[in-house]
Parts: sequence; structure tokens; C-alpha cells
Amino acid sequence: MSERYEVRLAGKGGQGMILAGIILAEAAILDGKNVTQTQSYGPEARGGASRSEVVISDGEIDYPKVTQADVLLCMSQEACDRYCHDLKEHGLLIADSVHVERTPDNLAVEVPLTRWAEETTGRQITASVVALGFLVGLTGLVSRQAMEAAVKARAPKGTAEINLKALAVGFEQAERLLSSRRGR
Amino acid sequence: MTARLMQGDEACAEGAIAAGCRFFAGYPITPATDIAEVLARRLPQVGGKFIQMEDEIASMAAIIGASVGGAKAMTATSGPGFSLMQENIGYACMAEIPCVVVNVQRTGPSTGLPTSPSQGDVMQARWGTHGDHPIIVLSPFSVREAFDLTVRAFNMAEKYRTPVILLMDEMIGHMREKVELPPPETIEVVERVITSVPPEWYKAYENTPSDVPPMISFGQGYRYHITGLFHDERGFPTQRLDEIDPWIARVFRKIERNLRDILIYETDQVEDAEVVVIAYGATARSARHAVRLAREQGLRVGFLRLSTIWPFPERIVAEVAERIHRVIVPEMNLGQLALEVERVVGRRKVIRVGKANGEMIAPREILDAIGRG
Repeated sequence: MSERYEVRLAGKGGQGMILAGIILAEAAILDGKNVTQTQSYGPEARGGASRSEVVISDGEIDYPKVTQADVLLCMSQEACDRYCHDLKEHGLLIADSVHVERTPDNLAVEVPLTRWAEETTGRQITASVVALGFLVGLTGLVSRQAMEAAVKARAPKGTAEINLKALAVGFEQAERLLSSRRGR
Repeated sequence: MTARLMQGDEACAEGAIAAGCRFFAGYPITPATDIAEVLARRLPQVGGKFIQMEDEIASMAAIIGASVGGAKAMTATSGPGFSLMQENIGYACMAEIPCVVVNVQRTGPSTGLPTSPSQGDVMQARWGTHGDHPIIVLSPFSVREAFDLTVRAFNMAEKYRTPVILLMDEMIGHMREKVELPPPETIEVVERVITSVPPEWYKAYENTPSDVPPMISFGQGYRYHITGLFHDERGFPTQRLDEIDPWIARVFRKIERNLRDILIYETDQVEDAEVVVIAYGATARSARHAVRLAREQGLRVGFLRLSTIWPFPERIVAEVAERIHRVIVPEMNLGQLALEVERVVGRRKVIRVGKANGEMIAPREILDAIGRG
């Protein structure tokens, strides 16, 4: 069976987790990969638990849901408590330290995604795009070029520029983290 | 056409447009609302009509009227709305009105879990409206198949003058995946049979050799009667057995003699199999995954995926089961299509893998059932 790469983006309704999943999936298609994107959310429009799952593969994808995530993004404490155990061994856990206080072990990458978003664009809602840049920057899951094209295509009218800025900050912070680890 | 990310609901709507659907009436309900949203935008672009009705009863009535008026017509709903449509689905069966009814299944009963998948309406799709009647029910397992089966649903509805139910589920309806749609010129589109006889000779329910009477739209100068009562060849109510019995025989025969066209399925590695997994809809994805994992472990497991679930493909299921010991039937209900499998496989063991709590069945659960002896 071809290698599957499973990404789970979890947070609260209104944080943009589902749109982030769609953007990541469209970037994967631009890179010529197969992809599925599924979601789970409650009946309410905002506030309830919301998660988006993206499976990327060079081969055919049968089961479209995450079995054990390679990457887990947590934008709320509830999401972290609920999903951190479904992570693959050596999987990557990214937690937004603005919303997540407790992570299960020292392996989590805890970074202030929402604060970076506010500082860069003045809008908390762009935290999901910062998170995408950071996630892709760390994993190299899809190309940066594809991410930029996908963000541009999906950004609500008039917001392409600030979303690209948010994406760039995510990539920069990932690069900073990687080089600091290389330095050690 | 290039590959793009597309939702199952969106593919269904595009399939309807490609099949020539020019009328949609519906009432919004998760997880089928996306179909209405796309068609509200797309239908006016191709000269079609979109109406949001006051409820699902009226929606079903509206598509029957549109079809009688000559349009290819569709509605889309989910569980509670599908329940409300049942009476008028029966009317369409009795009056032999071509139409497509999409039910994107969510977990029930009642309002249940609006955003969670289910396959709990398998029996309702077959028997939800009262009385004996034939019906065609198709169930897609991918975004691409949601497109293809919507086209096929229209083709069968028009060809056989019957309602066709497209039984999707929330997983396929809401899921997005990479898909390439076929070029329009390669898509087979079927139009209903009309007639050249003059109006005074026309009989809307004539016993023709094909068993499918030609259908003339209202407004063409042909006068005939449409009713939910048993009717004679001109459509007028009857209680005569020599008119009722031929009608019943004909409407069942027109489906049964065309099973080669109607039954859509796919087999994989059944030739040397000792165990076969039979699945449909979203669960077929978990099943195929489980079959691949089982083969990697050296287990001789085959796969039968049903796209047409009603009429139940008895012959292929019996054929596949003939050479094996066990059949596994996973479905997001507590055993509905499994009942049909049990009926046709004789004394072979049927293992049900059922779940009705809104969660998709995982490949691991099916693999466990394969391993169980």
C-alpha cells in the first residue's frame, strides 16, 4: 500500500480548521498528489469542537479518515486532550500556546500561533493560515509554491495579501525553529 | 479536464447538470444543503429552474409536476426530509414519473446526528413508501462516483419511467477529494421515449413491447389522466383485475428485464478468495482498505462493491458466495443489506459489522472480522 500521510487539524468552530484543511488539500493537488479532506463538527456554527482531516498519498486513498495522525495541530485545549493519543509514534504535535496550556509530553511543539497572527495581520482569524505555513514549513508536506497558490485561490475577497503574509510568518517561524535545532 | 478538489454533494449537483437536469425543488437540510446551493447557482446558468419549497412534501410534489411538464427533475434531502417525501415517491411510482431523489444519509432516527454519516435508510429507500412497487437505488462510494451515478440515475429514471433514489451518505456528501470529471462529450445522456402517434391514439400507460410506455409532456396537446389510483391504459381509475394485474406485472417486468443495465457493481480478487467482503457507499472505502491489508497479510480475501443496492443484485452475490466460506457485510447500520445477503448466500456464514452511532467503520474493524473464523 502506498505511503499515506495523515494530518489532523483540530480546534473550535470558527477558527478556520475546515478551510485550512481545504487549502492544504488543494495545495497537495497542485503538487500532483492524491488527497481526501473530511471534517467533523457539531450542529452549531461557532464554538463547538471542529476538526478537519487531510490524507495525502501518491497512491489511491481508500479510507479517507485519519487512523493515526502523522501531524496533529491543536488550536484548543479540548482538541489536544482528545486527539493527542491518536498520534503516530514520532508524529508531530503542534499546539497553539495561546489556547493550549497542557500538552501530554515534552515532544509537542508549542508556539503562539494566534499571537503571531495578531502581530502580523492584526487578525486572530489568520492564525489558521499561520499554522499551515508553520506545519508545512516543518514537514515539507507540500511545496511552498503550492501553498501560496492555494491560499491565494481560497482567501476571501480582498484578503489574499494578509493571508499570504500570515502564511509567510508561519514558514519563517518554522525555518527559525529548524535552524535553532540544527545549531544544537 | 484538470484535477480539482471537489465535494461529493458538489459532484452530485454537477452530475445532475451534465445529465440534463433542469429543475430542482428542495428544502435545505444538512448534509444535503450543498447540493441545493450549487444548483441554485448552476441551474439558472443553463436555463433551468431552482425552487426552494416550503418543505420536503412540496419539494417532491414539485419535481413530479416538473417532470410531467417535460423537465428532468431532482430533489435532495436527508433522513427527516426523506421520511416526508415517501408518500409522493409512491405517487411517482404509481404514475410512472421519471425523477431523481437524493438522500444524503445522516444518523437517525428523527433529527439524530445531523452532521454524521449513516447507512440507516437502506430499507426505507426500498420500502419507505407503502405498497408493492419496484424502485432503483444507487449508492456512490467516491466523489467521482457521486457524479457518475447521478448521471446514471437520471438515465435510468428517464429510460424506465421510474423514480430513482441516489442514496449517498454524509461521508461521501461532505468529503472532498481529488477528482477529474469526464469530458461532457463522453457522457451518455438518455432522453425519455416519446411517441409520434396523434393525440387521439395516445395512451399514457399503454402495454408496449418494451414495457415502458412513451411519455408525452403536459402542454403538448395530448390529453391524459394522472392519478395515484390504479389506472387503465389511459390513466383513468380502475378496479378491474384484468387492468390492475397487467399493470403490476409490467412495472416489475420493466425493471427485471433490464437488470444488466441497472445493476452496477465491481469485484476485486474474488477468484481465489475464501472470504469476501460486500460493501457499498462510504463503507466500501474502509472495506477496500481492509481487503488490501488482509491481502498483504497473505489472507485470501475478495471484495464485492455494490453501486446498485436495489433491486438487490442477487445473482452476483450468490455467484461470488458460491466458492467461499464466509461473507463479511460492513454497513453503517445494524444490519440492513446484510439481511438480503443472508437471504441469497444459503448456509454460508454471514458476519455483520454494524455501527449506527455516527462513526464511520474503520478498516481495522473489518480486518478483525476477516480474521475471526
